[in-house]
Amino acid sequence: MTGPDALALSRPQFVGARVARKEDPRLLAGVGNYVADIKRHGMLHVAFRRSDHAHARIRGIDVSAAAASPGVVAVYTGEDIGRLVRPYRATSRMKNYQATFIPPVAVGKVRYVGEAVVAVVAESRYLAEDAAALVEIDFEPLPALVDPERSAAEGALKIHDDLESNVLAERGFDRGDVEAAFASAHTVAGARFHFTRTTPMTIEARAAVAEVERGTRALTLHCTTQIPGIVRDKLCELFDLPGPRVRVIAPDVGGGFGAKTSLYSEEIVVCAAARDLGRPVKWVSDRMEDLMTTGHAFDEIVRAEIALDADGAILGLKADVVGDIGAYSIYPWTASMEPVQVVSFLPGPYRIANYAARVRSVATNKTLGAAFRGVGRPISAFVMERLIDMAARKAGMDAVEIRRRNLVNDDEFPYKAPSGLVWDRAAFQACLQRASDDIGYDALRRECDEARAAGRWMGIGVACYAELTGVGSRIAVAPGMPINTGTETATVAVDSTGAVTASFGLTSQGQGMETTLAQVIAETLGVRVEDVDVVLGDTAAVSHTTGTYASRAAVFGAGAGTLAAQTVREKIIRVAGHLLEASEEDIETGDGNVWVKGTDRSMKISDLARALYSEMGRVPKEMRDEIDNLEATRVYDPFFGTTTSATHMCLVEIDPGTYAVTVRRYVVVEDCGRVINPLIADGQAHGGVAQGLGVALMEEVVHDGDGQLLTASLVDYVVPSAVEVPDIDVVHVEAELPGTIGGFRGLGEGGTIGAPACIANAVSDALAPLGIEITTVPATPERIFRLVEEAR
Amino acid sequence: MVDKVPVTITVNGARHVREIEPRLLLVDFLREDIDLTGTHVGCEHGVCGACTVLMDGDSARSCLTLAVQADGAEVETVESLGSVDSLNDLQQAFRAHHALQCGYCTPGMLMTATDLLRKYPLATDDEIRDGISGNICRCTGYQNIVAAIREVADRRNGQ
Repeated sequence: MTGPDALALSRPQFVGARVARKEDPRLLAGVGNYVADIKRHGMLHVAFRRSDHAHARIRGIDVSAAAASPGVVAVYTGEDIGRLVRPYRATSRMKNYQATFIPPVAVGKVRYVGEAVVAVVAESRYLAEDAAALVEIDFEPLPALVDPERSAAEGALKIHDDLESNVLAERGFDRGDVEAAFASAHTVAGARFHFTRTTPMTIEARAAVAEVERGTRALTLHCTTQIPGIVRDKLCELFDLPGPRVRVIAPDVGGGFGAKTSLYSEEIVVCAAARDLGRPVKWVSDRMEDLMTTGHAFDEIVRAEIALDADGAILGLKADVVGDIGAYSIYPWTASMEPVQVVSFLPGPYRIANYAARVRSVATNKTLGAAFRGVGRPISAFVMERLIDMAARKAGMDAVEIRRRNLVNDDEFPYKAPSGLVWDRAAFQACLQRASDDIGYDALRRECDEARAAGRWMGIGVACYAELTGVGSRIAVAPGMPINTGTETATVAVDSTGAVTASFGLTSQGQGMETTLAQVIAETLGVRVEDVDVVLGDTAAVSHTTGTYASRAAVFGAGAGTLAAQTVREKIIRVAGHLLEASEEDIETGDGNVWVKGTDRSMKISDLARALYSEMGRVPKEMRDEIDNLEATRVYDPFFGTTTSATHMCLVEIDPGTYAVTVRRYVVVEDCGRVINPLIADGQAHGGVAQGLGVALMEEVVHDGDGQLLTASLVDYVVPSAVEVPDIDVVHVEAELPGTIGGFRGLGEGGTIGAPACIANAVSDALAPLGIEITTVPATPERIFRLVEEAR
Repeated sequence: MVDKVPVTITVNGARHVREIEPRLLLVDFLREDIDLTGTHVGCEHGVCGACTVLMDGDSARSCLTLAVQADGAEVETVESLGSVDSLNDLQQAFRAHHALQCGYCTPGMLMTATDLLRKYPLATDDEIRDGISGNICRCTGYQNIVAAIREVADRRNGQ
């Protein structure tokens, strides 16, 4: 078939297609552009001398030997940096919250092992490290607060002298009559759960390069961040500079998983040094620094109980959460984010009328607590799903059946959870059903029972969860914080060469946003995916942005991008109507062309752009004045956001000789709305589950009683390798689409939310004949060994 | 500072004659001295495999190798495989199977896989998983990496 109408008939649907990624060729050929790859003429290198004490006063610092070391250009203490940068805190309007000042380099006192005490700037990193080793610091050790429950106690030594206590945030939820619910219960189950400290361990450690333009003194920071907009806005404040004088660029970034969603001290220090010295300054973290200083995560103690009636319906839920948030309240998310999220999401996708919960965020002498994929919700799901299984076991009910009875039904949406969250609509029941079918639950249950009768430790895990994604301004993910996470901006432009550029402040650190956003814009505009150049992670590209986190980028990026592309398409059609002498309603776009439907009159969009911009006389002045250009900037606010949900099921077996857990099968059935690119969506689930498996079975940041970090290498902080992660079967079910533009839901975090709960349930199921319930993750061979020894 | 020493290192077929400090790591020589930034630094203690290169045909951790140890050696890095416009079969398979997300571990993973594909039949997926177990990928969960290597191994085995 030839002629323009063939284009209409064959106009490809990019959204939903397994489009190969645009970013892949450069990354595969070794010519990506990561921060560590950046070189500049005259560039200097920073190395930090860091605290080897968890809590100590700094009595004195002697930098003379370091300053005299070969190649050293400058040495900065905390006081020196304090003269170059304004002080800052992570503020919030939230009640019962205390912000801490966060000195980029310690002043007077150190509060965790790894805190920067001196920054040395030299001609090479080797020389900077040589000199940093020569710094003499006189520490007066103070008792280290390592246990958050002790740190929260009245009279505990204060980590921040200017605050009232070490409890930095406190909040309660109370809905219905929990005591009455428990009094009337048929079955009650509960425990003290501990979800230990982890760290995202991006394979690219953090890095930053700052440069100052000589003529204008404009500052550019290239850094491994997920939040260039938030970093830019704060740097403007810290250095008292207007927006156009500060540009933050996140180029290719080697994994984020929440680790790179905070403002980091080193980013401020390279900027301060570059401004002070007038030369580009680079810092690249080594792995030990990364494990010591990149935000740690999770680390909650949860005392929780669930009450069921005789039919297995949930009557009530109680929880008391203590979150260990480390030494400072992190910018911008504050000490409240992670622990409060645990209680907000604890009721999960279940129908619960009576809920009481208290949460406290407690400072300790450890690395700052920050985001890790899922934020709080892996703990919510772990505790809730464990409680349901424990109660089901007591009541003699099946794990799938009890969930079926309690999941919110399709006709109950929108459903207001007892913590106040609203589930718009989602396939809770359908995900559970499909997962049961997919894994062959009933047959597998029989197989498992037989294996256990034969003495094998084999178990099935089930976990359901719901999360809010693409959260808009109504319930922004930063409640009370002085940033707006409820909108994003996109600019789509066809320029004078006819090329299409779509610009965002959103970043990509592996999610393939260059591809998925190009798919959405190509489809909306009527061009090919390869025709759309996507600019990401550059604050110069848009007037306001925060970044990519909280499963928001696809919803916000596709939303703002669609709005902008629609506006540009309308302009193209106006011009085409004139150039092709047809009425606008008869014009169609596709494959990079515009044409008059049912005729052979067509032209390339690139030729149309050249006609408008450069071939004066082809488009009348009145029309040009009206259209301005083939460009549009639009902002999208999803207002509420939307629910993403899933059911995970797995089969595990425990080796009775080594106590190691092997995950034999794993199924994820998720409802993430309309899927933009199944290749990428499945990959997100695979990676999320692999990280959740690490959290469930292997990964733990360990401090000793003095607050020394014992897991400062990858030999000690063990993450999953190819032999531990099974093949994962991912199924997408699409419930009625949500109200977001395009019907997209966020999907980045889900794998990590469901997997710890699912695997912990499977391990508990395998050990059920011994009466063992997993209450602490990771369920390492050592922990399982001890539980079995106690049970025998 | 110690006196510099002369070395001759052949990287991807090109001879580099340099005077270097004895303590210079091979990965820093590649990235800083001859501007081949495709080889990445992930841990600097030999666990993650991001810095994997081939030295005289065997995979090596360039973060645990001193550049002087590569004097006289032939080093192959990711830049030897294929270019943006002309990916080799392994790189193409990685793209087709979505075997990379952030791309940071990818050069090391590709070099380990190149070594495995040259030396072993890789008859089962377990052999592939064992072979890449010294390369940490934090994004993909490995499944698609295994599938990509499987495709190339099958083709080389005539299946």
